Amino acid sequence: MDNLLSIVTFIPALAALILGVFLRGEDEAAQRNAKWVAMFATSATFLVSLFILFEFDPNNTGFQFVEETEWLLGLQYKMGVDGISVLFVMLTTFMMPLVIAASWNVTDRVKEYMIAFLLLETLMLGVFMALDLVLFYLFFEAGLIPMFLIIGIWGGANRIYASFKFFLYTFLGSVLMLVAMVGMFADAGTTDIEQLLTHNFASETFSLLGVQIIGGMQTLLFIAFFASFAVKMPMWPVHTWLPDAHVQAPTAGSVVLAAILLKMGGYGFLRFSIPMFPVGSEVLTPLVLWMSAIAIVYTSLVALVQEDMKKLIAYSSVAHMGFVTMGIFAANQQGIDGAIFQMLSHGFISGALFLCVGVIYDRMHTRDIDAYGGLVTRMPAYALIFMLFTMANVGLPGTSGFVGEFLTLMAVFQVNTWVAAVATTGVIFSAAYALWLYRRVVMGDLIKESLKSITDMSRRERAIFAPLVVMTILLGVYPALILDIIGPSVAALVTQYDTALAAAEAATQLAAN
Amino acid sequence: MAADLTIILPEILLAIFAMLGLLGAVYTAKDGLASALLWSTAAVFIALAAWIGLTGEGTNIAFNGMFVDDGFSRFAKVVILLSAAAVLLMSEGYMQARGLLRFEYPMLVALSAVGMMMMVSAGDLMALYMGLELQSLALYVVASLRRDSVKSTEAGLKYFVLGALSSGLLLYGASLVYGYAGTTLFSGIVQVAQDDMSLGLLFGLVFLMSGFAFKVSAVPFHMWTPDVYEGSPTPVTAFFATAPKVAAMALFARVMHDAFGDAVSNWQQVMALLSVLSMFLGAFAAIGQSNIKRLMAFSSIAHMGYALMGLAAGTVLGVQAMLVYMAIYVTMNVGTFAFILMMEKDGQPVVEISSLNMYAKREPGKALAMLVLLFSLAGVPPMLGFFGKFYVLRAAYEGGLAWLAVAGVIASVIGAYYYLRIVFFMYFGDAKEEGLNGGKSPVLWAFLMGSAVIMVLGIVNMFGVEGAAAAAAAALVL
Repeated sequence: MDNLLSIVTFIPALAALILGVFLRGEDEAAQRNAKWVAMFATSATFLVSLFILFEFDPNNTGFQFVEETEWLLGLQYKMGVDGISVLFVMLTTFMMPLVIAASWNVTDRVKEYMIAFLLLETLMLGVFMALDLVLFYLFFEAGLIPMFLIIGIWGGANRIYASFKFFLYTFLGSVLMLVAMVGMFADAGTTDIEQLLTHNFASETFSLLGVQIIGGMQTLLFIAFFASFAVKMPMWPVHTWLPDAHVQAPTAGSVVLAAILLKMGGYGFLRFSIPMFPVGSEVLTPLVLWMSAIAIVYTSLVALVQEDMKKLIAYSSVAHMGFVTMGIFAANQQGIDGAIFQMLSHGFISGALFLCVGVIYDRMHTRDIDAYGGLVTRMPAYALIFMLFTMANVGLPGTSGFVGEFLTLMAVFQVNTWVAAVATTGVIFSAAYALWLYRRVVMGDLIKESLKSITDMSRRERAIFAPLVVMTILLGVYPALILDIIGPSVAALVTQYDTALAAAEAATQLAAN
Repeated sequence: MAADLTIILPEILLAIFAMLGLLGAVYTAKDGLASALLWSTAAVFIALAAWIGLTGEGTNIAFNGMFVDDGFSRFAKVVILLSAAAVLLMSEGYMQARGLLRFEYPMLVALSAVGMMMMVSAGDLMALYMGLELQSLALYVVASLRRDSVKSTEAGLKYFVLGALSSGLLLYGASLVYGYAGTTLFSGIVQVAQDDMSLGLLFGLVFLMSGFAFKVSAVPFHMWTPDVYEGSPTPVTAFFATAPKVAAMALFARVMHDAFGDAVSNWQQVMALLSVLSMFLGAFAAIGQSNIKRLMAFSSIAHMGYALMGLAAGTVLGVQAMLVYMAIYVTMNVGTFAFILMMEKDGQPVVEISSLNMYAKREPGKALAMLVLLFSLAGVPPMLGFFGKFYVLRAAYEGGLAWLAVAGVIASVIGAYYYLRIVFFMYFGDAKEEGLNGGKSPVLWAFLMGSAVIMVLGIVNMFGVEGAAAAAAAALVL
């Protein structure tokens, strides 16, 4: 199969097309058909994507399954995966059937809803596979359209504000990246990511409008990419779109946003910023590390005072993404291993937490923490699952949450002890807000009249959580499952980064003499 | 002489057709002929476009350089003729329903098309002015086609007065250029217009540029656009937004490169300023609009800013980017105006954006097509509109105008807001009041859907427009 990646990417889009063209009517049968088509398509995508995983050779640090065709304007349609991206592809295909299953109760415009999610899956997969700058940008940006519609059409009361903020915020971040891409195209004469990875962008200091730019063009390019990925990630202080988007999005939208879309920023750092602009990265590393540390502490504190469950989990996501950026910019093996691990595990955990909120929201139609309490007496199964993911969110050893946090903290300790010290306090805060949330929602006496008749999770809901529970515990006790796959590629990335820095250093020394 | 006439044959034939049509309709004195005339004009346009596009070859010069038939002019002519034909076909139902379908309409459009074809082929300041005036005079009249409407009359008058002013500026510039260069031929001016040109020539250049900026409605010469767009009957607005813009932009490129091609440094900054002002004014001013025609006016101002960004680069790539951008822009606008023409309630045209409330519930197909077009206008990938932007950004960056590229993308984010607002009304609103009804025209529907499909499928290979634009740009600049 020469074009396995394209097949995986476009199965959901094809299903969306079929739904759009052939499915008519708004009656119950049509709705059910739409759901089953979407379920079938996402499951098929997952099954086919398993071929990628099984045939992937972790010891080959280059790109695999590469496909290449000429395209417009000297661009090309080029897809491929390496150790860094392959697991994000798997994360996406793994989560999407669960997302569709979690949307089974949607009744408003079901066909359009499923089409939006299917298109979104195609675009997200494309982001992780694209090996051409503009192709990457195309998938990266196009994902905004379905997400904008998902929040705007199926969202909560304040959905319009949230959808506009989401779109414009992330759009503004990424257009600067577009200019940088145009600049890279002009400089290197190609948009092929594989070739750009070996291209040396100029790093001589020059002055622009009277300001000395240390690291020269690399720093400028880095900043432009950073503007995009930092918003997407999101990093403090450009994270404010995320709580709004999460709160207003429907449950499935929140899950996709937290589990997959946020990972695009981290993936972007690993694919572009670190390997292509090593000097620029190094110049700004202290800034990024401190921003991450502030994010971890500040957003954890903000999470403490939230009254809306989704908002609380959204802020906790920002904190966890802080560990990711910290790990990436520590730029050593543990750091990047830990960052990727943290992203994948956060995909499962935060996705599951939003699903947990969705379960009780479907019953009570409120996300106010105050409206709940004592759920354990009526919903024992729910209490158990919610506890597992709360603990995983805190980073309890034995769950996947622990491995990522530990690796990134260990990595950054070697690079910048103070940042590590500050970030570690975030771990304590995260225990505080997560456990307090759990205490207020699940524990205590069931005194609220409205909760007296609440029912426990249905079989469908349990089935959705099962795979997530398995993954969280499995990765917690046996992290080598992931680390073995990403290890060699990460090692190659770190070596390349160090070599490039050493070469730039030597060149500066030479010029100084 | 005979050879000269062969080169200019398409223009002659179209002019003869227009005059015969006028004579015929005047002698029979029947507006009943209007429909037939409209269809035959569109057919003639398409036939001429096919003829010019498929058989034209090389660079042919007629009348001692006054008229140039090269790849560049042929590209522009094909776009102009096809878009004019599309707009004519779209107008019929709307005009018929409102008693506006007079025989003058297709004939005036045909005459203005002759003018536009002259403009893009002009190799001389005189030929340029003749083409420009023929085009403009025809347009002044169609703007006020709706004789019983104050707004339409106002639109025509405003357009005429301001248009005359801009023609004056242009003529003044032309006379200065003639005075200092000693010739009106572009091929003669280019000998004199070097980087260190005389002050008089520079003045002439600036006045010429002001005149062109008015025609492409670039800021600060844009004031007429919203009022004329709003006041004119909607099909006429659609026409204004498409063919004449292409013609004026092509003429702009022609003069800048053929006559002042060796003096890029003298006009690059002016062009960049026009571009950046247009992009930002278009983006900001459209935010407050509730009338979709006014909104489209500001949108077209912003789009002209992007096209000018390509010209400002002053390179082959820049001209190519401008041509691709204009071709995409015209396609998007044809689709968007097909949609606007279908906006009606109880048989009356509606232009309020808020009337689109929950349109997606009632007309999911049309709403989806409009959604694609709006995101394309905003330049969001994967629509074709994004590739237009990518082209001009690349041209500007490689032309040494990185700051302009940065300004352009920031303006595009601001601009995205008002396109999103229309999406918001169509998809997110609450279905409380009675919305639009009617507007079931198969022709308009076909244009809307066709345009939306092109915006999506075009990203595969742009239907070969890219290669044609590259050849056209090379013909102009090299």
